[in-house]
Parts: sequence; C-alpha cells; structure tokens
Amino acid sequence: MAKMTLEELRKLRDEKRLELNRRKVDEKTIEVIVSMGTSGIAAGAKETLQAFIDELNQHGITNAVIRQSGSLGLDHAEPTIEIHMKGMPDTIYGSVTPAVVTEIVDRHILKKELVDKHVFDRPAPDIIKE
Amino acid sequence: MAYSSYCLVCGGTGCESSKADLIYRELRRVAEERGVDNDVQIVKTGCFGFCEKGPIVKILPDESFYVEVKPEDATELIDEHVIKGRTVKRLMIKDKERKKHLETEDDISFYQKQVRVVLRNCGIINPEDITEYIAREGYAALEKVLFTMSDDDVIAELKASGLRGRGGAGFPTWMKWKFTKDIKHTAEEVFVVCNADEGDPGAYMDRSTLEGDPHSVMEAMTIAGYTCGAHKGYIYIRAEYPLAIKRLQTAMAQAREYGLLGDDILGSGFNFDIEIRLGAGAFVCGEETALLASIEGERGTPRPRPPFPAVKGLWGMPTVINNVETWANIPMIILRGGEWFAKIGTDGSKGTKVFALTGKINNSGLIEVPMGTTLREIIYDIGGGIPKKKQFKAVQTGGPSGGVITAEHLDTPMDFDNLTKLGSMMGSGGMIVMDEDDCIVDVTKFYLEFSVEESCGKCAPCRIGTRKMFDILERITSGKGEMEDIDRLEAIAVSMQKASLCGLGQTAANPVLSTLKYFRQEYLEHIENKRCPSGVCKDLVRYEIDAEKCIGCTVCARRCPVNCIAGERKTVHIIDQDACIKCGQCYDACKFDAVRIA
Amino acid sequence: MSTQTVETATFSDELLKFIETWKDKRGNIIMIMHRIQQEFGFLPWDAMAHMAKLIDVPLAKIYGVATFYHYFKLEKPGRNKVAVCMGTACYLKGARDLIDELSNLLDVGVDETTEDGEFTVESVRCVGCCGLAPVVMVGDDVYGKIGPDGLPEILAKHRSAGTEGA
Ligand SMILES: Cc1cc2nc3c(=O)[nH]c(=O)nc-3n(C[C@H](O)[C@H](O)[C@H](O)COP(=O)(O)O)c2cc1C
Repeated sequence: MAKMTLEELRKLRDEKRLELNRRKVDEKTIEVIVSMGTSGIAAGAKETLQAFIDELNQHGITNAVIRQSGSLGLDHAEPTIEIHMKGMPDTIYGSVTPAVVTEIVDRHILKKELVDKHVFDRPAPDIIKE
Repeated sequence: MAYSSYCLVCGGTGCESSKADLIYRELRRVAEERGVDNDVQIVKTGCFGFCEKGPIVKILPDESFYVEVKPEDATELIDEHVIKGRTVKRLMIKDKERKKHLETEDDISFYQKQVRVVLRNCGIINPEDITEYIAREGYAALEKVLFTMSDDDVIAELKASGLRGRGGAGFPTWMKWKFTKDIKHTAEEVFVVCNADEGDPGAYMDRSTLEGDPHSVMEAMTIAGYTCGAHKGYIYIRAEYPLAIKRLQTAMAQAREYGLLGDDILGSGFNFDIEIRLGAGAFVCGEETALLASIEGERGTPRPRPPFPAVKGLWGMPTVINNVETWANIPMIILRGGEWFAKIGTDGSKGTKVFALTGKINNSGLIEVPMGTTLREIIYDIGGGIPKKKQFKAVQTGGPSGGVITAEHLDTPMDFDNLTKLGSMMGSGGMIVMDEDDCIVDVTKFYLEFSVEESCGKCAPCRIGTRKMFDILERITSGKGEMEDIDRLEAIAVSMQKASLCGLGQTAANPVLSTLKYFRQEYLEHIENKRCPSGVCKDLVRYEIDAEKCIGCTVCARRCPVNCIAGERKTVHIIDQDACIKCGQCYDACKFDAVRIA
Repeated sequence: MSTQTVETATFSDELLKFIETWKDKRGNIIMIMHRIQQEFGFLPWDAMAHMAKLIDVPLAKIYGVATFYHYFKLEKPGRNKVAVCMGTACYLKGARDLIDELSNLLDVGVDETTEDGEFTVESVRCVGCCGLAPVVMVGDDVYGKIGPDGLPEILAKHRSAGTEGA
C-alpha cells in the first residue's frame, strides 16, 4: 500500500463500509466477534476463538467470518462474543468457554435459537450508525 | 429525585421482538397519566435470561417478576402494583418454574444505559486492521481538519463542546490547546503528548481504549499537531500494558504505510509522527510534569507549575498533554460538532465518562455513561447491584486522590463538580464498590500505603506526611489508636494539601479526610472500643461460636489451620482465643451463622 | 546493595542494534534500559556499565534512573515471577491473604526469590482484570478468582520438573 491521497482515503472508506454492511445483511454471512482485550485473553478468549474455528470447520460452515476486537468492557462475563446473522437478533454472549461454543454453533447458528443461559445483552447503541 | 420503585422492562433480544418496547411505552404513558411518573422509574433493561416466557417485567424493590406481559397489562400493573402495592397474581410466574431460572435472571442491563463515544469502536472493529477503523468514519476528522479548518476553527469547536480533561483534573481542553497555539510561531519546536500512564490501581479504561481502538487516539494527536504546530507526538504508556503497546505499534506502522502518519499526510503538506515511550512503574509519572521528565529520560519527579507544560513542557518547549480518554473523544467532536457533544452531559461537564466499575458489584466491567448519570443507575441498573444480598456501604472514586460516596448520595448526578463537592473527585474513573464487609479504615490505610510507596520523595510534606498518616492508620487498625490521632490526621492533611509540590501530595490526604467526614464513627469504634465492625482488622477481631446456633458439624474445626477449635461431633464447639490466628476461615465456613465476630 | 553480574555482560546483536538506533534520540535512557532488562531479566551491574559506555552517559545517571522506577530490577529474579495484583478491587477481595499464604508456602517475602531460584514473589499494581479479582499472575498466565487454597496447585504447576518437593 502506497501512501494515500485524500481521494483514495475516501474511496477506501466507502468500499470498506459497504463490505462491512454487506456482511450484516447478507443472507449468507454469519459474523462472530470475539472480544480480545487483556481481561478477555486472561479469561480464555484465545481458546474460545480456536473453539469457534474448530467447531465451524467441523460442521462445514463456510460462510462465517470470525473477527477479533478489543474489549466490550464486560469483564465479569469474559470471554464474551457477539454474533450477527440474518434471522437472529444481534446478540452478546458471556462466559463463552469452548463447551459453550459448541452449544452456540449448534443452537444459535444452526437451529436459530438463543442460548438463553449465556445471552448477556444486546450491543449498545452505535453512535457511528445513528 | 428519588424514585420509590423501579419497573424494569426486559429489552433483551428475545423480549424485544415480542413487544417489549410497546409495553415499555405503555407503562410510561399510564404512569404519567396517573401522575406517578416521579415515583416509579420505568427503565428498559438487558436480557433477564428468561426469554421463553417473555416479555418480562420486573418491579423493584420487591422483585416481583411478571411474565408473558402484554401491552394491555400496563394499566393493571401500574394501578394495582405501583399505586396500590398489590401484586398482579395472574401475571406472576409459578415459583417452581422460576427457581430453575434464578441464576440467569440476575443478569441485568449492562449496555443499554451506556452511551459509547469514547468506546465507540471497542469491541466492534479489529484494532489490528486500519481499514476497519477507516470504514467507521476513521480519519474523517483528520481529513476535515487538514482540508477545511483553521487552527482557530478547531479550538472553537473544542470550546463549543465543553470537553474537559479526563485525566483527573478536568481542565478545559480548548484552553490548553489555545495557550500552545498562541505561541507556536515563537517556539523552536512544539510537542503533543498522550498520557497513557494510568496509575490509579482500580482503573483500566485507557488500556482498554488503546487495545480496542488505538487509531482514535493517534488521529486526535495528529489533529492537535496540526492545530498547535507540532510535528512530533509521544505516547507515554505503562510498560505493564504489553497488549496495548503491541496494538499501538501495529496501528502506527499501518498508519505510516497508508500515509496517515509521517510526511505530507494525505498530500496536505503537514508532517506528523508519533513515538512510543514506556513508563517504568512509577505512579507519580502520571502527573504531567513528572511524565515529561520521564520522557526526557530522567527520574520522574514533578516540577513546580507554573510554567505549565502548554507553555514550557518537554525539553522546555510548549507541549499539549492530554489523557487517552480525552484524546479519544476529539475525532467525534470534530465530526459531529462541538454542539452535538455539548448536548450530552450536565451543565459543567459535557459528554460521557468511562468508569471502571469493580469491587463488590455483580457486573464488574468498563462502562461509558453520560456525565450526570446517578450512582444508583450505575450500581443498580448497569452494575446489577451488590452480590450476595449484602448491604451497600460506599463507592470509592478518584483512587488514591479521591474519596468515598455514601448511600445518602446515591442519587447525585456524577460529574466533575458534584464529586468535588462531595469531597471526592472524578479522577481517572475508577469506581470501587464496597459492601458491609469492608472496613473503611482499612481501605483508607490501603490508599495511604500506596501513596507512601509512590511518593517520589522530592518534597517533604508529601514524603513525610504520607508516612506519618500511614503510621497513624496502622496504629488505629491494630488497636493502638488514641483520640488525638484523629486531630493529628486532620492537621497533617491540611498541611499536605497546602504545601506539597504536586497533585500527588496535595490529594493524598483526600481518602482520609473523606472517610473521616462520612465514617467518623467507624474510626471511633476502632479507637475507643478497639473494635472493627466489619471484622477486617485482624488485631481487633475476636471470633466466637454461638452456643445456640452451633450444631456441632465440625466443619469449622476441620478448616481451622491451627487446630484451635475444640468440640466433639454434635456438641458445641469452642475457639481457643490464645491460639487463634484470626484468619476468619471458620467464619466463612460455618453454614449456620454460628461463628460470629465479637 | 548487592551487585549481581552476568558473567560476561555480552549484548546480543539485536540489543546492540537497538542501542545503535536509539543512541542519538533524546531521552533514550529509559527505553534502552527496558530493552536490556528484556534481555537479561533484570539490570545487571555490568550491563549498566556497558550501556553507559556505549551511549556516553555517566553510570551514576543510569543508576539513579534504575533505582527510581519500580519496574527496573537490580537483582536476578527467579525462574517464575509470581505477581499478586494489589489493585483496589483485588485488595478488597483478599489479595493480602494471597501474599501471606505465598510467603507461608515459599518462605519468602515480597520482592524476594526462593532459595532454589524457582519463584520470585511480587505485588503489582492493578493488572486490569478487576472482574476476575483477586488475580495472581505466574509468568504470563493469569489466575483469577482464587483463594489461598488454590495457590499450592498453581505453584506446583509452574515448578520446573525435577525440583518437586524442593
Ligand atoms: C499523582 C498524579 C497522578 C496522575 N496520573 C494520571 C494518569 O495516570 N493518567 C492521566 O491521564 N493523568 C494523570 N494525572 C493528571 C495529569 O497530571 C494531567 O492533568 C493530565 O494528563 C492532563 O490531561 P487531561 O487534561 O486530558 O486530563 C495525574 C496527576 C497527578 C497529580
């Protein structure tokens, strides 16, 4: 990537925004965000991330993107993850150990039902989108 | 304003789809119509984890739990329950079913009361991918500043926003920038510094921001560089934050690659770059003049102010220094405008504040709320209350420079000025909740011990004062306190406030003064009666076994590490006071409340 | 003070290269000391002397800086660093008991190293995992919500093979 000009920055922003938005509405795409701040990692977020990769592979789910992000702030319920997919509300799950990952893939992603025990909350309102 | 009851409508994912919002609006409408909207506060909360019986409505303080509520039920709930105090049986859940779900039902709104400006990208973007930041309006503020705004425009926008520094003192940010901007042409060089030293032992919002959204801080520093005539920025960060450092390094490398740091940024002709400098575990280096000394490679001791860093800072040059959270606000202020920002918060304190909510609280974590949110909302609505049904005692804010806030002030809107009025301070935003099991004198001693260790030793009032106060507290907590000690504490406190060189010494006595103000009786208990009401101060505690309650289960005797509890199975046990080391394990172990603190 | 030395304060090529790039930057001392501590685990006397020569700064100045900051260690630490978080949240939730139990189990105080060189006990300021309080770190592993009872198991896990029961 060479240094950008103003026009290139704007173009990149538009393209990337479209790509991110498409992910949200695209029937085919499931997005899993694993929160990887210091306390998430301390509570085992790396294992959670790996478990998602394994579990999705095992079920042959190829239309899922797994992303990492900084902390959601929810320390007492780490590791936390957020899932976006068509047909299900945006959901934050807490205390997601590898065993819970199995359950989330099986129920939330495949059967489209909430895993009540681990639902923590909906995401906070997003000021960027307003 | 104090509400006498709270009506929580589940806004969790499951309930929301089944009309929770309509129910919420109906409840509000009816409450208003009946004129009780000042008595009952109706809030939408997060998931109660009981989605199959939703929508759920819960009414506090009696914790009635209504399920499968319909919008039409709102009138009955308000009329019967809120006004007449009678539960609406037909909507209540059967106890048996409910018990099954008790564990999850305790979860409560964590995000819905939050307004995330600083943390707008935390938990959303991948901090190691600059394009995700860019997609979410990243570097759009820099773009706007470089190509459409003058230095005065930027400062005017900051002034309109009312942004005050989040590092503790709450100094208006625009003023600092203006001091430096006004002399930029006469200075040989100007610097921009980010204070990421975060020393309060109960705060970690700066770390989290840098880990989750490093570009927002870098973008803001570049904007300050343009405005105040600096070409070089430093981020001074604690060496104890390896992940944040790594993410910053990655972000900086990517920004350089994309031409967003370095020479001729976006073809504007403006040059700016940032360098990371590591702290080395000295709390006083969070103080701005000490921090600058540390960047210069010196021992981190403070210098007298004035001159302020804005005029004479790093290597004697004008330096704009702000805290991580302050920086992270700035791109949004530029993009949305100062006026937008000024709509959030209270008269004197605009915008949001990030708090690290920890201690005896169910949902501990980082939260961001509008300035002016009450402690009650933070602790009960967002934090989910105190675990194990314990009694709330106080909240400590401002860390070693702050003080405590008690139950009677739970409804005070939290902002810079109100906290100061209550004898505490905003500080960096650590918020530690204490319950009845915490000893106020012991916690105060903890902070003083911290200040003794962290006093840099340069000025006598702080070096000697902190040590003397710690010694007195040590005496009091070990049962050797005298009545005069209280006067001594107060006298030392005043001279430290007046005579110390920097903020550390000037504020180190705050924990003492504040707890003496609100919990004097607890000090007196320790001194006059040699008793620690919460049972924390080991020297003052005596554990006894209540003969009426003891059933002789032997659990305590087996747990005792020094075998000083005697008694046969099914007979009353007795503690040998001479051998007891007061570890409290018997107290924790007894299921029958038979072990008590005498 | 004890003057621990590395047998030969030889600097690796990477370290030398690092010093070379930082040599002419303003206020470089602390950054170079961090890099040296990263290499040796502490700041050996010889290494500080060597650094003084390389960047042409009086040793007294380096020593003055080293003693000011808690993060810099002048003594060789044990193979495992056992750090008890003493942030406020951890303190309220019993961090002090953890320290007491550690000194009981290992027979050392804070900032001391066991005789076999296995563990150094430290108390550290908030590691920022307050939701997991109380927290103990051994090396990079974080253990949260633990009581004194849990410590023997954690120590056993990290004790190097062959020194069991030592
Ligand atoms: C003892 C002491 C410790 C401080 N620690 C910090 C700190 O850890 N982080 C911080 O941003 N400001 C800290 N400050 C405040 C800074 O001196 C300074 O006010 C701040 O960096 C200015 O930035 P702001 O205007 O954005 O708040 C501390 C002040 C004192 C007196």
